[in-house]
Amino acid sequence: MTENKPVKIYLYTRFERLWHWFQALVIVILIITGLEIHGTYSFIGFQTAVRIHNYLGLSWLTLFAFFVFWLFTTGEWRQYIPTTRKLFLVIRYYAWDIFQGKPHPVQKSAHAKHNPLQRLAYLGISAMLLPVQMVTGLLYYLYNDLQGLISLPILAGIHTLVALFLLNFLIIHLYMITTGHSVLGHIAGMITGWEEVFETAEIEDWETKAVRKS
Amino acid sequence: MKKRILSIYGLAAALITILLCFLSPALAAMPENAEDAPGRRLARQAVKDNKQWTTTDHKKMEILNKDFTSGEEITRACVSCHSEAATQFHKTIHWTWLASGDKSDLRYGKAGFSVNNFCISGNAMEDKGCLGCHTAWNQKGVQGEVNCLKCHNSSGFNFDEAFSDIRGFSEDDDPEAHEMAKDIQQEIKKAVGKVGFPDRKNCGDCHFNGGGGDGVKHGDLDTSLTKPNRMLDVHMGTDGKNFTCTRCHTTVDHHIAGRIYTNPAVDSRKSLIEDDLAPKITCESCHSAIPHKNDSKMNDHTDVVSCQACHIPSFARVNPTMMLWDWSKAGKMKDKKPYVEDGEFKKPVYKTIKGEFKWEKNVIPEYFRFNGSLTSTTADDTIDPGEIVKVSWPVGEKSDPQTRIFPFKIHRGKQPYDKVHKKLLAPILSGPKGFWTTLDMNDAIERGNKTLGITYSGEFDYAKTTYAVPITHMVAPKENALACTQCHIRETSRLANITDLYMPGRDQFRLVDTIGWVSVLGAFVVVLLHGLGRFFIRNGRED
Repeated sequence: MTENKPVKIYLYTRFERLWHWFQALVIVILIITGLEIHGTYSFIGFQTAVRIHNYLGLSWLTLFAFFVFWLFTTGEWRQYIPTTRKLFLVIRYYAWDIFQGKPHPVQKSAHAKHNPLQRLAYLGISAMLLPVQMVTGLLYYLYNDLQGLISLPILAGIHTLVALFLLNFLIIHLYMITTGHSVLGHIAGMITGWEEVFETAEIEDWETKAVRKS
Repeated sequence: MKKRILSIYGLAAALITILLCFLSPALAAMPENAEDAPGRRLARQAVKDNKQWTTTDHKKMEILNKDFTSGEEITRACVSCHSEAATQFHKTIHWTWLASGDKSDLRYGKAGFSVNNFCISGNAMEDKGCLGCHTAWNQKGVQGEVNCLKCHNSSGFNFDEAFSDIRGFSEDDDPEAHEMAKDIQQEIKKAVGKVGFPDRKNCGDCHFNGGGGDGVKHGDLDTSLTKPNRMLDVHMGTDGKNFTCTRCHTTVDHHIAGRIYTNPAVDSRKSLIEDDLAPKITCESCHSAIPHKNDSKMNDHTDVVSCQACHIPSFARVNPTMMLWDWSKAGKMKDKKPYVEDGEFKKPVYKTIKGEFKWEKNVIPEYFRFNGSLTSTTADDTIDPGEIVKVSWPVGEKSDPQTRIFPFKIHRGKQPYDKVHKKLLAPILSGPKGFWTTLDMNDAIERGNKTLGITYSGEFDYAKTTYAVPITHMVAPKENALACTQCHIRETSRLANITDLYMPGRDQFRLVDTIGWVSVLGAFVVVLLHGLGRFFIRNGRED
């Protein structure tokens, strides 16, 4: 472990960071307002919550289309292809090795920003939970105009369940941030774009910070 | 390094800009900017010119400038010019007291088999106490002549009293009495010259006092509406639009728009833009079916929720209204005499001749689906005395496009029924043989049911009854309309009894919520344990 020198590589482009933080903020506000609409608590007022929730939801839906476009034109969708290679190693790492202070079995690189477990999780989020949430949300919003097309209780039930699953994801995600080289390592990476990795992985020269700096 | 800081700030600035862009329209749609809601704009146009004008000055009419000795004479003077007025009027429910135009159909109406759970019955116009509100002179019912002044008396002058005074003074030999009779004659002439369109007091004399007194029956109609402020009624408020009743209750051939027993006020809701000759009786007539600002979620409510449900937050806001009338308690004596006991609001809570009452103020309505029709249990219908008898109850199915969730006053009562025939009974109350004089309920019922031609077994008991009165007046200014969370709330929803729809904020699925929250809580616990594990096991060994 000591042989491996940590180096910084430019992992997340400006667009990715912008999208990530925009989405993070939207999800947090949607969960806060959504739970108020669900009747879980009273916070900013039902009517205000509904307005913000509707507006953010629709905006997100629109912008998500651009994200999907970006994903496919840049080929970045490949980052989400699930793999079983090293998957169990990663699971073992988080379940056991991490406590021993052993290194992470998969290093990040520009070609593989996500480890196999992340790939699976993000694919589930981006391809399953978010689309389901957006579609049910849109149908919920348009419920009055689509009289009788789909039952409101079913829509609301799915929308609530997925929202709580996303909250579940958010909690785990926030915790996983702290499992980097330092507690704030990952979050710094998502803010600046530069992520600290160990030199063991094959990293092309142009990617390293040293090269860019000079 | 500098470049990097710049990019962070750039990123943050971009994020904030984007968010502000998204949120600003949402914030702009907040209610304080709703000044120009389409419904208000349309309604203002519909009622722009409120000036009434006429080509006739009744004071100058020769036929009205004479001495009248009876009400009937005045009516004859009226119809000498308004030749069709009485003929038209004879066909209206205000005259016949029967809901059906067919006079042999006695089912609904005070002159028919209708009963309520207030003053119980009109006894086919045989209970003379009720006839104070009939539109004939001298309480003669349909045998008499139309009293035009019941509705068209604009001066508030009491003609009945004046004529009986004149009769009294004329029979007197005292010349001073004759002088006084002449003075009254002049007053009558003056009042006759002031006839005009009905105002709130004309309608209110009967409708504010329905059920036997001020605020007894309706809850949204009482004498506080004679001169209301706009906080009480945004349309009728003298400091607001100052509408008379007939501004919305429009008239064709003396038929006044409004609900008649089981018949809804209108067959379908139409705005004046769709049909400019439609009655202005519904809110939609002037305000349209999409009255709120276009991006308002409230407009999505109007196909299910009536305007009244949100815009009349409570009724009886100035005067109290009666909520319970228990006839079974009637007849108790104090020192062997009938008595009256006053309670809260200086309103009677007990009267020997009527029984026990409960009054309430600022009453929160009960909400039911309502298509404009009410079912009525008449004196001729079989009841189940084991259950609470619904003397009047709203009709409405979720699937019916005319149905809306509507506010009601539910008046609860206990009233006599026939133990053998299982029918509600109609005792005679007023007059020398009525219950109020004799305090003999059995005898009063016998006489009462005879007037209706419905047989009475001779055995009666008291049944619990309810009477639903739609709440549609006392519309509050918009700032006092209900907040979302009066209904969209888990525990205290006003619509708790309407369970056949899903309401965000009120409803949830136990299973969905349980699975969801268990997963959230599970994640939290796992993360917490994992973090603690890392902290304690690897403590100090990191890096």
